[in-house]
Amino acid sequence: MRISARGWSRLVHPAVVIILTAVVIGIPLWLALVTSAKSQGEANLPDLSLPRVWHLWDNYSQAFTQGRMLWALFGSLLVMVPSVAGVLIFGSLASWVLARRAGRVMAVLYSAAISGIILPPAVVTIVLLLRQLHLASTPIGMVLVYMGMYMSLVIFFVTGFVRTIPVEVEEAARMDGARPLGIFIKVVLPLLRPVIATATILICLYIWNDVFYAFFVLGGGTYSTLPLNLYSVASSNLYQNNWNLVFAYVVLMSLPLVVVFVVAQRRIISGITGGAVK
Amino acid sequence: MIPSLSAASGRSPRRAVLYPSWFLAPAFAVLAVFFFLPTVFNFIYAFTDWSAFHDDIRPVGLANVKAVMSNGSLLSSLRITIVYAVLVAIMQTGFGLGLALLLERDTRINRFARVVFFIPVLMSALAVGYTFQALLKPDGPLNGLLGALTGQHVTIPWLGSTTWTVVTVAFVNSWKWMGLAMVIFLAGLKTIPADVLEAARIDGAGRWRTFRSIRFPLIAPAVTFNVATALLGSFNGFDTILATTGGGPAQQTEVLNIYIFRVYGNGLFAQATTMSLALLLLVALLAFPVIGYLRKRERVL
Repeated sequence: MRISARGWSRLVHPAVVIILTAVVIGIPLWLALVTSAKSQGEANLPDLSLPRVWHLWDNYSQAFTQGRMLWALFGSLLVMVPSVAGVLIFGSLASWVLARRAGRVMAVLYSAAISGIILPPAVVTIVLLLRQLHLASTPIGMVLVYMGMYMSLVIFFVTGFVRTIPVEVEEAARMDGARPLGIFIKVVLPLLRPVIATATILICLYIWNDVFYAFFVLGGGTYSTLPLNLYSVASSNLYQNNWNLVFAYVVLMSLPLVVVFVVAQRRIISGITGGAVK
Repeated sequence: MIPSLSAASGRSPRRAVLYPSWFLAPAFAVLAVFFFLPTVFNFIYAFTDWSAFHDDIRPVGLANVKAVMSNGSLLSSLRITIVYAVLVAIMQTGFGLGLALLLERDTRINRFARVVFFIPVLMSALAVGYTFQALLKPDGPLNGLLGALTGQHVTIPWLGSTTWTVVTVAFVNSWKWMGLAMVIFLAGLKTIPADVLEAARIDGAGRWRTFRSIRFPLIAPAVTFNVATALLGSFNGFDTILATTGGGPAQQTEVLNIYIFRVYGNGLFAQATTMSLALLLLVALLAFPVIGYLRKRERVL
């Protein structure tokens, strides 16, 4: 028997969507949630059953102290906020000039600037450089490294966007005698909002979750980040099979971002696609 | 239009006044010192004996290259990195496209499902990796579910096979990122004009024909974007692998970045630099032709 088009869209399709969502995303997230509330013995071999005895508070407070979460949260913010602000301000300023001026020099500079989208950062020699500059294991070093890594992405996005803005909008301000910096701040920057939103969301995601570059730059120093501490919590607990603590940390660390997303999902999704797909 | 304004060509000094060169300075200073200088260092220190065991750094020629060649780690890491990146690019783009087509219509259930499928994108790849490490244990929940469905005792070593684990790990990474691919495909699908689809329907094109001949070619830019970002991202793959297998079993999921991390941890900085240089050359050699090819297809389709 053939299913009618109407039946497909009214019954089968929603059922397929719900089952797929529950199995593909629901099961892994459920596993993390229930295991984070179990006792150590029960979490020894993680499964999908509900905890027999709830250890929610114990696990979360232990993960919170053992993973030094407040300090790591502070560290994460300390490197993310200046990196994102710096890369966006410097990147947009340069992009405006790159987009508006023509000529061979600008073309070469633009190519060089966006080559970092493709080329991987030379992570090992970055450490060497930071040691020579006495910036190894410092948040300033980390911020500068992130800015160097994501400058290409910002310049690529923003330059492309500036080219779609007609020059005429700048000219009215110019007639009024505004200087270049004034025109950039008062006229251009507000128009860049969609593309700056895209870049901010993507770069925040990358930096917030980065562990590879943070290992090399911050590793062994005083400062830490949330993913770095997740790694140390997991490394010290997994050989004892303390899955409950690992997942308590995972849930605590993921929850803020997920809540922000669920509240602002429409703006975040349109923000990501707004500047990326034209 | 006023002639004096429209005559302002790109090269005229007027442009340099309106858009001062010093606006470029901060961005390019950061790029030069913290991106390009380390890249130049990469070409120098790969040929030295820089390590944690002595303070002086001396040139040693090709000794590091010979060392990573003779113990087989260079070729094996290169091979695994390429296999992993290609698998991720295929799975992530495929899953993303499938989800976008499934969840395209704006119903309440679809909107909810889109949000749920985006949650893994926000999670740290480490967190995702640990979750799947637990889920995929031989006596873990996934085998338990499969056992309950088939009525047999299932003990598939998802993360313990020297041949197939790289596929599992690539799947986990694609699982994490498929929500982003989905969102980009959804944006691409939205740009297709309704009258084009209507014309195809009147011409009697079925669902598959419409997809193959009209919708797929029109979302070619989204395919390019997704394949390129998946490839580039997984050439740099690290977190997911670290948290699921750590490079094992028997180093069969040890991509270049895992190798760099392990060898650096052992204090062999110069060897890690050599591998970092290998990664740079791999990406430069492969990424540019791949992106060029995808762009050409975009025009042909």
